[in-house]
Amino acid sequence: MREYTNTGNKDTRSGFGEGLSELGRNNKKIVALCADLAGSLKMNDFAKENPDRFIQVGVAEANMIGIAAGLTIGGKIPFTGTFANFSTGRVYDQIRQSVAYSSKNVKICASHAGITLGEDGATHQILEDIGLMKMLPGMTVINTCDFNQTKLATIAIAEYDGPVYLRFGRPKVPNFTPENFDFKIGKGVLLQEGNHVTIIATGHLVWESLEASIKLQEFGIESEIINIHTIKPLDEEIIIKSAKKTGAVVSAEEHNFLGGLGESISRTLSLNHPVPQEFIATNDTFGESGTPSELMKKYRLDSNSIVEAVKKVISRKK
Amino acid sequence: MDKDLNNLVYQVRRDILRMVHQVNSGHPGGSLGCTEFFIVMFNKILNFNLPFSKDGINEDVFLLSNGHISPVYYSILSRMGFFELNELKTFRKINSRLQGHPTNHDNLPGIRISSGSLGQGLSVSIGAALSKKLNNDESLVYVLTGDGELQEGQNWEAFMFASANKIDNLIAVIDLNGQQIDGSTSDVLDIGNLYDKLCSFGWEVIEIEEGNNMEEIFKTLTKAKESTRKRKPVAVLMKTIMGNGVDFMMHTHKWHGIAPNDEQLEIALSQNAETIGDY
Repeated sequence: MREYTNTGNKDTRSGFGEGLSELGRNNKKIVALCADLAGSLKMNDFAKENPDRFIQVGVAEANMIGIAAGLTIGGKIPFTGTFANFSTGRVYDQIRQSVAYSSKNVKICASHAGITLGEDGATHQILEDIGLMKMLPGMTVINTCDFNQTKLATIAIAEYDGPVYLRFGRPKVPNFTPENFDFKIGKGVLLQEGNHVTIIATGHLVWESLEASIKLQEFGIESEIINIHTIKPLDEEIIIKSAKKTGAVVSAEEHNFLGGLGESISRTLSLNHPVPQEFIATNDTFGESGTPSELMKKYRLDSNSIVEAVKKVISRKK
Repeated sequence: MDKDLNNLVYQVRRDILRMVHQVNSGHPGGSLGCTEFFIVMFNKILNFNLPFSKDGINEDVFLLSNGHISPVYYSILSRMGFFELNELKTFRKINSRLQGHPTNHDNLPGIRISSGSLGQGLSVSIGAALSKKLNNDESLVYVLTGDGELQEGQNWEAFMFASANKIDNLIAVIDLNGQQIDGSTSDVLDIGNLYDKLCSFGWEVIEIEEGNNMEEIFKTLTKAKESTRKRKPVAVLMKTIMGNGVDFMMHTHKWHGIAPNDEQLEIALSQNAETIGDY
């Protein structure tokens, strides 16, 4: 059993901002675009240091995606930044045709994803974006869990040639990924070994899963915890291996159960090694205003809900 | 205009008609209307390199936003040597690089972006122009859009952005044929006075009254080139006749997206004699 230390709460979007700034200093091909949310996306340092490579497009996301696609003609590596809702649903056809189908090396970086956006409410809390993006052929989909992982992912996607959707969030959450962690696109992370159940989590739900595993110890349940940061392409090997070992899986994500990580895991399991699975995800619903922690509790995305799901899935084992 | 280019006009028209006929689908009307433009653009205006490179560095970049006029695009690309002429036979057929709407997905030389879903090309062309500026690349970006396509709101985001950011290495040519699938643009959704609209959006606007006259196209595009690098984006409003060169296809939206039958093809081809050889 490994232990993870929270080195202090930080927002994942700041991890993106720091990663982007580092890229800006080291790679002149990087161009950042923003649709009137540079402050929220923590892109101001990049903009200050690289004014010629920062493009403020205004409140015009469709144009931003098109410009980003065009910048690749000439070898640039564009990073677009806006909220997850405006990064995906609003511009789906632009991404589909000008980016994905055109195999453009565009990095769509999306903050304020999911319900933890909080008080702004359902108009801004997209819970469908992972599904939208993972359905696009050739699109890599990454949902990071903390500040350090987001920073590492931001740097890693610049090295990868192809369209990427990078999803992160607004609230300050525990930062526990080691600074020097070797982040690999498409490679799941075995955070903790256990024999009774596998919890496979992405994004903000990773820390909740670690919290849940401590509570589960009181019931004599040892949880294996896997962090899937890359939802597509999915690290099937790590999932199948763990399912064979524990015989029960709980998936955990800040997203609708339809179209999310949980469904991708179900497909992998049903094709390779079927075991009972429970889903920690929103239940085909829109969100609402509230604080992130209130919303996590109400929509059953917190550690207590994971504990309940684990007990249920273990009871379903044959 | 050169006799060779006049001959090419007839041949490209024949390519368009034969391509759409052989698969009984495709868009001949807009393709025929822009034939003279494509011929002048690729023979007299565009500085391009072969073999084709997707980055288009230190050469002019041409992008097509109204992707449905792919027949004329494919014809000119093959006739200019981007790919083998015989590949035109595969248009819209299974396992072809010549998709119904153009795409770079299958690495067809000459194509740098997919288009078909309308209203996206102008934004892409701005990105390509910005890329050239960042690369200190003195060459230009050209984009062709339709007129019906301007009903898509994204274009107006792009018009606003291009002037605010002084994208002056970009020439946007707008094919004003006044027709779209459901009828004339004035009936479907009137675009109004486009010249005034684009001027008020901060663009330098140049008009081609006879967009099927190669001399005039050449003269005006040359003027458009001279108007670049003056801190304003340049738009060329090009009035064309949809279906130009085939009498029964002219001045109507009816041939926007349907192919001629055997008999109609024969009549259409009889009006456009073979010159430099069919594919």
